[in-house]
Amino acid sequence: MYAYDEIDRTLVNERVSEFRDQVKRRLSGELTEDEFKILRLQNGVYLQLHAYMFRVAIPYGTLATNQMRALAHVARKYDRGYGHFTTRQNIQFNWIKLAELPDALADLAKVGIHAMQTSGNNMRNVTSDQWAGVAPGEIEDPRIWSELIRQHTTLHPEFSFLPRKFKIAITASDHDRAAIRIHDIGLRLIKNERGETGFEVLVGGGLGRTPFIAKTIKHFVHGRDILSYIEAILRVYNQYGRRDNIYKARIKILVHELGIEKFSREVEDEWQQIRNSSLQLDDEMIEDIRSRFTYPAYEKLPHMPDELRQAAADPDFEAWRKNSVAPHKVQGYSIVTISLKPTGGPPGDATAEQMDALADLADKYSFGEIRVGHEQNLALPHVAKRDLPALWKALDKLGLATPNVNLITDIIACPGLDYCSLANARSIPIAQELTRRFANHELANLIGRLHINISGCINACGHHHVGHIGILGVEKNGEEVYQITIGGRADENAALGTLIGPGVKFDEVADVVEDIVEAYLALRERPEELFMDTVKRLGVEPFKERVYATR
Amino acid sequence: MPLVNGGKIVDDSFVKLAVDTPLPEGGDILVPAERFLGEADVLLKRSGKVGVIWPNNRDIAELVPYLGKIAAVALVFPTFRDGRAYSQARLLRERYDYRGELRATGQVLRDQFVFMLRAGFDAFEVKKQADAEAFMQTAKRYSVFYQPTGDGRITALHRRMQLRHSEGVGT
Repeated sequence: MYAYDEIDRTLVNERVSEFRDQVKRRLSGELTEDEFKILRLQNGVYLQLHAYMFRVAIPYGTLATNQMRALAHVARKYDRGYGHFTTRQNIQFNWIKLAELPDALADLAKVGIHAMQTSGNNMRNVTSDQWAGVAPGEIEDPRIWSELIRQHTTLHPEFSFLPRKFKIAITASDHDRAAIRIHDIGLRLIKNERGETGFEVLVGGGLGRTPFIAKTIKHFVHGRDILSYIEAILRVYNQYGRRDNIYKARIKILVHELGIEKFSREVEDEWQQIRNSSLQLDDEMIEDIRSRFTYPAYEKLPHMPDELRQAAADPDFEAWRKNSVAPHKVQGYSIVTISLKPTGGPPGDATAEQMDALADLADKYSFGEIRVGHEQNLALPHVAKRDLPALWKALDKLGLATPNVNLITDIIACPGLDYCSLANARSIPIAQELTRRFANHELANLIGRLHINISGCINACGHHHVGHIGILGVEKNGEEVYQITIGGRADENAALGTLIGPGVKFDEVADVVEDIVEAYLALRERPEELFMDTVKRLGVEPFKERVYATR
Repeated sequence: MPLVNGGKIVDDSFVKLAVDTPLPEGGDILVPAERFLGEADVLLKRSGKVGVIWPNNRDIAELVPYLGKIAAVALVFPTFRDGRAYSQARLLRERYDYRGELRATGQVLRDQFVFMLRAGFDAFEVKKQADAEAFMQTAKRYSVFYQPTGDGRITALHRRMQLRHSEGVGT
């Protein structure tokens, strides 16, 4: 966990007081809605279909239990008793009253949480691997760098009014859980031949109307230079990114229009001018940030404790353990993913009671730490294996032990037309229906790893382009129509999915997904061949044939 | 539109010329970039001060040869959503070492004052009277800054280093 110092706390409090003043000026009419809009967006406040929506930052997905309790408190006191975890490790509250927002922010500030730059055309919440610091084989904890970048990007005097939003993600593992290739800047932490920490820098990834997978702009940028290199990219983008058309304003379009070579030359020229400035980090500064991350005092525990051996007799426990428990870098410990995808529920939602109870469980079993992943699930990152059976029982009581992590019902979905003023179609009801269709755990397990992503409009908040099965809702002649893609992925082999054919109606989506899955089960060479591998081997055609043969 | 300079509301000594306004005999003038570049010799020989209004989509490096001879540069925020002039301002101050008046024009509201000050602006054509009056108070809103810019304010990272070393003295 990163512990705020007096400096960080002061800044957050100053921001709360500024926002309080902005709300006051809006309510008194001193600010027009047009002026206020940009100011509220800088602080995570959207006007949605029914009410204001409030998005709170959870930098690099790490939460302390007192912070989780504060989120529960906000859900209870200012909202309708629940919150929605998003694909960028944030949480959204959907029913906030404008006049109460400053108080909600002040309550969050007490535990070091803020909503700065969770929306608007600025540098957004820095995201990272939800298993950072505990994943076996990780090069080093990417959160140190995430925090350095979080600070550098917060209230940046030059880059707070960019052409469009700007997202940075960092990973330090071979397996990319942070989806860095669909970010404006993706950073892959690596070591050079001298063993020094640096980054492969990728740029220009993003989904939305014109999706692109990020390209490598520089193979190695030394850690001490990472702030100046990011600054150089941003300076080029701020000056040359398009501002005439909102759909062409992301950096991906600039990179595409200039070409990666020309773009990288521009960045290189700029970088050479600023790399030897006060942006350069020295070891002591990095060490100072590192020293404020605390790590648990792990015990020396056996690999296979008696508690686990005994619990193995319970098939329900075993189903959950095999699905939701992952290896930890320290022997005797595990990383536990907590599915927020119960059968029939909206993906990513948690009630205030669940949040409070999870905080208690994290205090008891996970050294007071909770993680949020971009798949809209939570994780307890340091659970002793001997505690797994007890933890499972407690989670099960809370409805948080659905054993479907990475399976077909672990769906990523945007809020869609049920909440969002931009949406053209519903997302959540599609997800809910699919979780019911595939509720049988044996069936879901038989299918194996399969990610479904659903977006209710072209803005792609549900990352449909990179879903193994992607579902995009659009509006056609006043009706919701859904376009289906297959073969997308967001990991280290990121790819955009391919459209399988004409769009289908709301009522048909679940049937189509069933058809695709049946085709896969019939086509796979052996049970270990995952859906993605079958699509890669055979292409879209056989799936297309199956889906449209009878339609 | 009130002008804030040196933290106070002041009278604007500059008169803004359009591309085709006849050149006044004396007095301080602010001239659009294109006209300035075309008539620089004539303009700089006059007795009054000369400033340039520089659009936010034109490379600021073009102005560098004249920076020692002009008294003011006015950068433009067509809407406050358009942040290009922040980069231009920092380049003028930090790369080209410009020390004259750097003026923010266009849609300038109090909510940008801190960003603008940090980017190097020292004069502000403020859209609303109430915002101009609130300048000093608003400028002091923040005491913590995470990024180094040419304004010389100490960053959080550097302040932590200072604290570390001062704590280390007695031990």
